Amino acid sequence: MTVETQRKGRRRTETSGAAPEPHTFVPRKKKFSSRTGWTMLAFMAPAAIFVAIFTYYPMISGSQMAFRHWNLNDLSDTSWIGLDNFKALFENPEFGTIVRNTVVWVVGSLVPQVVIGFALALFLKRKFRFRSGYQAFIFFPWAVSGFLIGMLFRWMFNAEFGVVNDLLMKTGLIDTPVPWLASPGFAMTAIIVANIWYGVTFFAIMILAALQSVSDEMYEAAAIDGAGKVRTFFSITLPAISVTLGLTILLRVIWIFNFPDIIWAMTGGGPADQTHIITTYMIKITQEGDYGQASALGLIVVFTLMLFAVFYLMAMRPRKAKQ
Amino acid sequence: MIDKQTTFGRVSKIVFLALSLVVTVFPLYWIVVTSLKAPGAIYELPLKYWPTEVSFENYIGLFTKSDFGQYMVNSLLVATVAATVATLISLLSAYVLARFQFAGRGAVMAAFLLTQMIPGFIALGPLYMMMSKFDLVDSKTGLILVYIAICIPFCTIMLRGFFENVPDALEEAAMIDGCSRLSALFRVLVPVMLPGIAASFIFNFVNCWNELFLSVTLMNSDENKTIPTALAGFISSFNIDWGAMSAAAVLTVVPTLAIFAFASKFIVQGLTAGAVKG
Repeated sequence: MTVETQRKGRRRTETSGAAPEPHTFVPRKKKFSSRTGWTMLAFMAPAAIFVAIFTYYPMISGSQMAFRHWNLNDLSDTSWIGLDNFKALFENPEFGTIVRNTVVWVVGSLVPQVVIGFALALFLKRKFRFRSGYQAFIFFPWAVSGFLIGMLFRWMFNAEFGVVNDLLMKTGLIDTPVPWLASPGFAMTAIIVANIWYGVTFFAIMILAALQSVSDEMYEAAAIDGAGKVRTFFSITLPAISVTLGLTILLRVIWIFNFPDIIWAMTGGGPADQTHIITTYMIKITQEGDYGQASALGLIVVFTLMLFAVFYLMAMRPRKAKQ
Repeated sequence: MIDKQTTFGRVSKIVFLALSLVVTVFPLYWIVVTSLKAPGAIYELPLKYWPTEVSFENYIGLFTKSDFGQYMVNSLLVATVAATVATLISLLSAYVLARFQFAGRGAVMAAFLLTQMIPGFIALGPLYMMMSKFDLVDSKTGLILVYIAICIPFCTIMLRGFFENVPDALEEAAMIDGCSRLSALFRVLVPVMLPGIAASFIFNFVNCWNELFLSVTLMNSDENKTIPTALAGFISSFNIDWGAMSAAAVLTVVPTLAIFAFASKFIVQGLTAGAVKG
């Protein structure tokens, strides 16, 4: 929400700057006729109705299940049980593993995505022949669904016939095939590799767009002042794109947190439930029929992400003010 | 500094870009190679990195042993209709959000953004029960309705960014000339924003084409199944038929890949338009 207000503020000055007549410098808050009001309502209505019926209604009705005994295997008793579902989750011995996996999954995927994506963007910033063709090619992971990416990598990480083991043995990095998806540590590595592969392009493209919006004059000025490449990067490039970068990272954290597809396809949370993250575990208990506990877990996710977003945006603020 | 590039810089750039390209494209290459091997040859060591004997058996099996053709038609239908309707609806809501300041505007945006933050599984159970009440389980209409709803929030946010790049003098002039707001929108603004609208449509289409958990939950008959449901069926059994799987994967990816390659410029513009300025 903070993002929104900041954005709006900026927009307003932009519009007023572009408009030729002086009176439009007043913030664009027009008084509109009731006719316009009705038009707005009519334009907004279809979107609002769809989202309300098919997204918000099930979400809210799902949320209240978190405080109920709601098990598909026994629907005779759906009474309110307060926080029992939450208690059961916290007392579950696997809960610690799942939380730890979720953190490893988010951080382990995100950091390499940002670093490699950043490098890619820097290299792509300068025009070269075939650049647009190149961009179209590295775009390809986006066209693939998370589930299929999981299947692709599951096949490549196959212990016996997988191409990853074959390549590693050919280059002499390993002597015997690694049972990638059969041991928890290796499986975690494999699913993170798949996710990094998927997400690099996204960062590359967002960061590239941000880089291209930094004016050349800034770099020229830095060059005249005798700043080297490293200095220019940290003093000009990074501050100039920090807001975009920060927001992109925030959105991605939320998104990766809620992205069970790759794991679901690659390991299904196994071996022995050791590669579950919160959302894959949610699928597992949903399939087992315990909707109550599943939505309790969902509420934990929503709460955690909101808390994270608030703190994150608060931490980002002073940096913005300095600019 | 702008024009200087050392040899070392150039070499490292080429190496990095080449490596990224290989790593990015290899999984696709590998799945194509796998799909073109004869079913038995997939499980032969040493691995062949180039299919010496090309076989289309996996593809043929897909269409003769399963209803994959039907699934593809279903997916195409569902994704096209849902993406079209969602784009039209979002065009209207994005217009309102971009052009007017009104009480509750922030709340609407927040409500849309929130849908992106909540894990969908919380809604899955109640959604299923609601759909079965209206007899919309295992129905293409039902799936289309749900897909429209999940496309709208992001599509609206994306299109709003495009509207803000177009001066409002444009439709005001048209309205002074006697156009209604709706016809001003479609006659004047839509043509100007076509690249952005195309990007939003493609984005919706690909999302619907690839969507997994809702279709798995809501669809089950061969007559109505979409591709993701069929693919998920491959892993429910213990032994995955990698030949069929890879052929199905190739057939699933090729259409979206073609669209993305064709429209990557629009999509990049679309996704970055809002973010960079914000």
